[in-house]
Amino acid sequence: MNLPVQAVGRVQRQTQLPLSKAVEIALKSMRVRLGRSILTLITIVMAMAFLTQVWLGNRFGPVIHAALLARAHLTVHGPVADDGRLVWLLSLSLLVCLVGISNAMLMSVMERFREIGTMKCLGALDSFILKLFLLESIFLGVAGTVCGIVLGVALAAGMMVVRYSTAAWSLIPWGGVPWVCLAALGIGTAITAAAAMYPAWKAARMEPIAAMRVEV
Amino acid sequence: MTASTTAVPQGREEIVRTINVVKEYRMGDQTLQALKGVSVTIYRGEYISIMGPSGSGKSTLFNAIGGLDKPSSGKVFIDEVDVAQLDALELAWLRCRKIGYIFQTFNLIPVMTALENVALPMIFGGMLEADARDKAKAILERVELGHRIDNKPSQLSGGQQQRVAIARAFANDPAIILADEPTGNLDLNTGKAIIGLLKEMNRERGVTVISATHDLKMLDISDRIFWIRDGAVEKIQRRDEVTIDAGQMH
Ligand SMILES: Nc1ncnc2c1ncn2[C@@H]1O[C@H](COP(=O)(O)OP(=O)(O)OP(=O)(O)O)[C@@H](O)[C@H]1O
Ligand SMILES: [Mg+2]
Repeated sequence: MNLPVQAVGRVQRQTQLPLSKAVEIALKSMRVRLGRSILTLITIVMAMAFLTQVWLGNRFGPVIHAALLARAHLTVHGPVADDGRLVWLLSLSLLVCLVGISNAMLMSVMERFREIGTMKCLGALDSFILKLFLLESIFLGVAGTVCGIVLGVALAAGMMVVRYSTAAWSLIPWGGVPWVCLAALGIGTAITAAAAMYPAWKAARMEPIAAMRVEV
Repeated sequence: MTASTTAVPQGREEIVRTINVVKEYRMGDQTLQALKGVSVTIYRGEYISIMGPSGSGKSTLFNAIGGLDKPSSGKVFIDEVDVAQLDALELAWLRCRKIGYIFQTFNLIPVMTALENVALPMIFGGMLEADARDKAKAILERVELGHRIDNKPSQLSGGQQQRVAIARAFANDPAIILADEPTGNLDLNTGKAIIGLLKEMNRERGVTVISATHDLKMLDISDRIFWIRDGAVEKIQRRDEVTIDAGQMH
C-alpha cells in the first residue's frame, strides 16, 4: 500500500474562499432548511407588513379624510395629519419589528452554533462563517421584507376602503408610497442582517470547542 | 515526564509535544484545574489512547492538542510548531489540513449529505468542487459507505454516521487524527468495527491517531496508552505492558 501524500512541512496559511462559494453554500443551506427558513420568514413578513401598514395607513388616512370632506364642501380645521401620533405609532411598530425579527434570527443562528464550531474544526475562517450568515440573512431579509411590504400596502389600501367606502380607492395618495416601501426594505433587511450577524460573530470568534458546547 | 521515559519508542519523528499544559476553568470565584501540567510526546504513525475515568481531563487534553481550545499555560507543539504562535489563517490551515477530528457525537452538518460532509473540509482547503466530490466518494467507499453517499446524517445509523465522520477526518490526508471517544455513542460491535477501521487507516496511511477513550477495546490496538487521572498523566504504557496488567486483573 503506498502512502498518500500527507500535508508535510510546517504550517501554511489557509486560502480565502471566493464570495461565490459563500453564495453557493448559503443558497444551498437555505434551500435545505426551507421549513425552518419559512418559519423565520413568516415572522419577518408579519412584522414588516405591520410596519408598512401603520406607516402608509397614517399617510393615507388624513389625506383621504380631507378629500372626502372637501367633496362634501366642508373644510377641515387644524393640521391634516397628527405628527405626534404618527411618530408614536411608527416607533411602536418599529419596536415590534426589531424585537420580533431579532428574536427569530437569534434563535435560528443559535441553533447552529454547533455547526459553526464544527465548520471551524474543518478549517473554515471566521470571515467565511460571517459571510455565510450575512448572505443568508440578507436573502431572508429581502425576501421577507418584500413580501411584508406587498402585504402591508394591500392592507393599508384595504383599510382605507373599509373605513371610507370604495370612493376612497381613487383618493389614495400613491405618490409617497415607493419611498416608504424603499425605507421599509432598508429597515427590514438591516434588522434581519444585524440580528443574524451579532450571534454569528460571537460564535465565529469563540474557540471551536466552546461554540460546539453551546446548547439551545 | 519521568513516567514516559520507560515507554518511549526511540529514533522516531516527533509529531506532537505538550509541555506542562495547564487548563483552568473559572466558574464564579472558583477555579478548577482540569489539566495540571501535562507533558507528553507523540511520534509520527503512533496509535495513542488517552485513558482515564470520567472528568479526568481527556477531552480537555484532546482540545488542547487539537488547537480547539487555548491552554491556560504551557505549550503545544504540532510538528515542532508552537500552536499558540499561529495566527488565525495558520490555525485554520492546521485544523483543515494537518489534523482530522472525530467526536463522540459525530458532529456532522445535519443539512448536508454524507458526500457533502466529507467534501466540505476539502472545499475549505481550496480544492475544486468536482475534485472534492470525487475524492469524498472514494473515501466513503473506503469506509464501506459507497452506497449511502447521498443520505443525510439523520438517515444513517450511529455507526454509519461515525464512518462518515472518519471519512471526513481523512479528507485532507491529515498527519494526525484526533478522536474524542469515537465509540462512546456506539454499541459493542459497532464500536469494535469503528476501532478496527481507525487502526486500519492508521496502518495503511501512516497517520498518527490520538484517541481519548474509556473503551477498553482500544487497549489491544494502541501502541501506547496514556493513563490520565485528575488532570495529570499517571503513567504511560506500551501495549505489551498493558497486556500483562490486564492479565493480572483477571
Ligand atoms: N467548559 C468547562 N467549564 C468548566 N469546567 C469544565 C469545562 N469542561 C470541562 N470541565 C471540567 O474539567 C474536568 C475535565 O473534563 P473533561 O471533559 O476533560 O473530562 P473527560 O476526561 O473528557 O471526561 P469524560 O470521560 O466524561 O468525557 C471535569 O472536572 C470537568 O467538569
Ligand atoms: Mg470527554
